Amino acid sequence: MKSRIINEMTLRFPSLSENERFARLAVSGFVSCLDPAVDELGEIKTAVSEGVTNCIVHAYRGRIGEITLTVRLLEDSRVYIRIKDKGCGIEDITKAREPLFTTAPEDERAGLGFAIMESFTDKLTVRSSKGKGTTVTMQRTLHSRKDQDDKSES
Amino acid sequence: MPVEIYYDAESRALLAELSGDLDHCTARPMRTAIDTEIMKRLPLKLILDFENVPFMDSSGIGLLIGRYKLMNDLGGSMIAVNPRPEVKKIMELAGVRRLCPIVEQRRGSFVGGVKL
Repeated sequence: MKSRIINEMTLRFPSLSENERFARLAVSGFVSCLDPAVDELGEIKTAVSEGVTNCIVHAYRGRIGEITLTVRLLEDSRVYIRIKDKGCGIEDITKAREPLFTTAPEDERAGLGFAIMESFTDKLTVRSSKGKGTTVTMQRTLHSRKDQDDKSES
Repeated sequence: MPVEIYYDAESRALLAELSGDLDHCTARPMRTAIDTEIMKRLPLKLILDFENVPFMDSSGIGLLIGRYKLMNDLGGSMIAVNPRPEVKKIMELAGVRRLCPIVEQRRGSFVGGVKL
């Protein structure tokens, strides 16, 4: 079922490591109007940080490419996040999503990026095409606001 | 500085106070600073203080695993102290407790002989 889009933003920025912080702060700011709880916002920021870091470390390893970050606020306090790159693509998505699997141990990558994105969101999808790029989408329903509304109604 | 480091010669403990967000961008200078001191002092205990780290992603887990391996190779141990709830959540999720204790320690108390 398609939900109505209440608000939407798209950012395009180069895969510079400094932009990891920028990306999560931008998403945090945009999502803030839904009045999320501190821990919910923290989890969303972490998931975004993991997704953007994947683009920088893996998709564009050793070079700079473009990252496109889209955030949609949907009905019922739902947040949709899409992180897209035009990098090298993922050879084996199932393996890449396994906790502790990493192709960059020399950079001290823990291999937990997808595992964290998965546990901090309700739904994670990964689409990738070798040599063409990867698109990660995440959806998360915020509970805090709805709970507060329910309380004020009763 | 993203990390302040103190050494207590008596207990041979090295205290590294991390500050600021710990992500892929900031992990590298932090671990370089810590490893330089570890190799210089060869401590028995490494104390990583997370009190001033408001945000951490899996890059922080990489940093913890890397320092754990180094300390282990040197015959020493490591503890993580004072993570904020959001940071602690990531540590718990990643199973950091299997590598080292996560300790809440008020400032002014002693951990491994180093005053926090």
